[in-house]
Amino acid sequence: MAQVFRPGADILVRLMVVGGGIAAGAAALMGWVVYSSPVLTQVDINRAQPVPFSHQRHVGGNAIDCRFCHTSVEESPFAGIPPTETCMTCHSQVLPDAPLLQPVRESWKTGKPIVWTRLNDLPDFVYFDHSVHIAKGVGCTTCHGAIDEMPLTRKVETLHMSWCLNCHRAPEKFLRPKDRIFDVDWEPPANQVEQGKRLVEEYGVTVGQLTNCSVCHR
Amino acid sequence: MEAQYVDIPEPLENIPPLAETDHSYESISRAVCDVVLEKPMPRPWYPVFGVGNLLLAVLGLSTMYLFYRGLGIWGINNPVGWGFAIVNLVWWIGIGHAGTLISAILLLFHQDWRTAINRFAEAMTLFAVMCAGIFPLLHVGRPWAIYFIFPLPNTMSLWPQFRSPLLWDVFAISTYFTVSLLFWYTGLIPDLATLRDRAPRGIRRTIYGIFALGWRGSARHWFRYEMAYLLIGGMSAPLVVSVHTIVSFDFAVSVIPGWHTTIFPPYFVAGAIYSGFAMVLTILIPVREWFNMKDFITTRHLDNMAKVMLATGLVVAYGYFSEAFYAWYSGNEYERFMMSNRMFGGGYWWAYWCLMFCNVLSPQFLWIKWVRQNPVPLFVASIVVNIGMWLERYVIVVTSLTRDFLPQAWGQYTGTIFDWAAYVGSIGLFITMLCLFVRFLPMISIFELRVQHRQMLRGELR
Repeated sequence: MAQVFRPGADILVRLMVVGGGIAAGAAALMGWVVYSSPVLTQVDINRAQPVPFSHQRHVGGNAIDCRFCHTSVEESPFAGIPPTETCMTCHSQVLPDAPLLQPVRESWKTGKPIVWTRLNDLPDFVYFDHSVHIAKGVGCTTCHGAIDEMPLTRKVETLHMSWCLNCHRAPEKFLRPKDRIFDVDWEPPANQVEQGKRLVEEYGVTVGQLTNCSVCHR
Repeated sequence: MEAQYVDIPEPLENIPPLAETDHSYESISRAVCDVVLEKPMPRPWYPVFGVGNLLLAVLGLSTMYLFYRGLGIWGINNPVGWGFAIVNLVWWIGIGHAGTLISAILLLFHQDWRTAINRFAEAMTLFAVMCAGIFPLLHVGRPWAIYFIFPLPNTMSLWPQFRSPLLWDVFAISTYFTVSLLFWYTGLIPDLATLRDRAPRGIRRTIYGIFALGWRGSARHWFRYEMAYLLIGGMSAPLVVSVHTIVSFDFAVSVIPGWHTTIFPPYFVAGAIYSGFAMVLTILIPVREWFNMKDFITTRHLDNMAKVMLATGLVVAYGYFSEAFYAWYSGNEYERFMMSNRMFGGGYWWAYWCLMFCNVLSPQFLWIKWVRQNPVPLFVASIVVNIGMWLERYVIVVTSLTRDFLPQAWGQYTGTIFDWAAYVGSIGLFITMLCLFVRFLPMISIFELRVQHRQMLRGELR
């Protein structure tokens, strides 16, 4: 009786089985790579802003404190984007005619605020509060990176839930003494975990509760 | 090719034979293959397939509406968060148990009468597990997030709750489905090759050929086949016990009166086999009639299945008795209330007594040989048991949830039209799949029938 398939068909089937497995694995890997890549997370990507504001100049160069502009960071969920008046405090005298600052002067004249492009944007089902993080010893650069070295501001963390949980599960790895919170040069000391545990105690952080769903998803 | 044996032994007294012996290898192959390749489907197949499709459409439409409107269209409410969905899940999973029992346990115990019914029972198992699988998917309410039930790596660094029996369920049922599918397919390979060889040249031969995986029937093929089949059989044997044990944990691990009892695992497993055999009978009785398979699926098979049903039915009855007895004997106020409420109050007493009638009283007729060996009464009994097993889960789920510890939280539950649509629709899926199965695949294992035929001629089987 004539055969239905040529002898080579066996190899084809085996290739399909093995290839299918490899393809599925590759697809899963690819999905993971894309999902955690800057394409989706926007990490380290500079986005166009109305004014090319440089934290490097202002924080690194001029050593202006974070709270000079982000005034509400200690008492409100929102750190606060400075009004044009804050800029003009200095820029009415410093570089008053710089063409780059034209949108700032424009805004000052018309009273229409500058519309910045938001970089760190959490989904609406997450309730994030800056003030409590500051109060419990999370420093600015822990989440916002070496802001004093950024000519243009960029997002440095994925804001994935796993990233939040890194700290919510083990805050002792990240907490700082109260007086170093706004210090952009702060580096974790050699005994960070030990010191962190002390700080957790001192700030009254109840670590077990930090991973309750309703802490962030209310 | 046909070996000649002079002395065909006399059949056993009082016990119907395993199969008719006036067959040859060729006539056995023809009887099974012609259903698929040559003959038109018997006339009742068309209306049954039509009804199956119609009900499947009901499932599809009601599911679309469910996804559009949300779970509110079902009857589930605040005290009763688990309604028809879990009842149907447990019912279908239970039905699925007959397949593995017949194919694996009976294989390992050398119960040769499984030969003629194992293919069918395994197919039924697969379809029943598919039907069961629909309900968790629908009941989560957010089907697009169903992947949350699997422990997949994710950017939330979240895992499912490994201490929850609902997660154990996911593993139990998916393992069960995978192993059942493998077992069924492995058993099909030699028969698919037979179909390939008998099919006319063309698309059918090619498709059967692909799935026959190049089977040539060489000694090496058979050697490996037998080993693989036995190994998968060994793997699936524990599943008969484990799957429904874990399903029972969905209830037993909680603290709700009426659920939190140690009798649950064995009682659920027995109930599963009970309902599974009932369903096999419900399907096989018409199929052997319509497809003229009485030579192979004989009165002996009906009789044996009825006996298994009777035995497991008695275990289930013991479970009901023990539930009631320990509710009283424990002296626990809540347990006692639950039991008296289940039997006499709460608006669901009718379901309890219907269940007692269906599952405890009606199988007692199976003590009578005439009932066991006659298709019509046996068919009726199997339907009654199917209904009874559905009611059992309904009673367990609803009576306990409507009367919780706090009277303030009490409520009532009834399924809405959409609950019924999903349930009846899942039956439609089941019927459709079965119709397609008998249309395209050999419903009885051809080569095992041939082996059995030879053994019968040799007098090793009767």
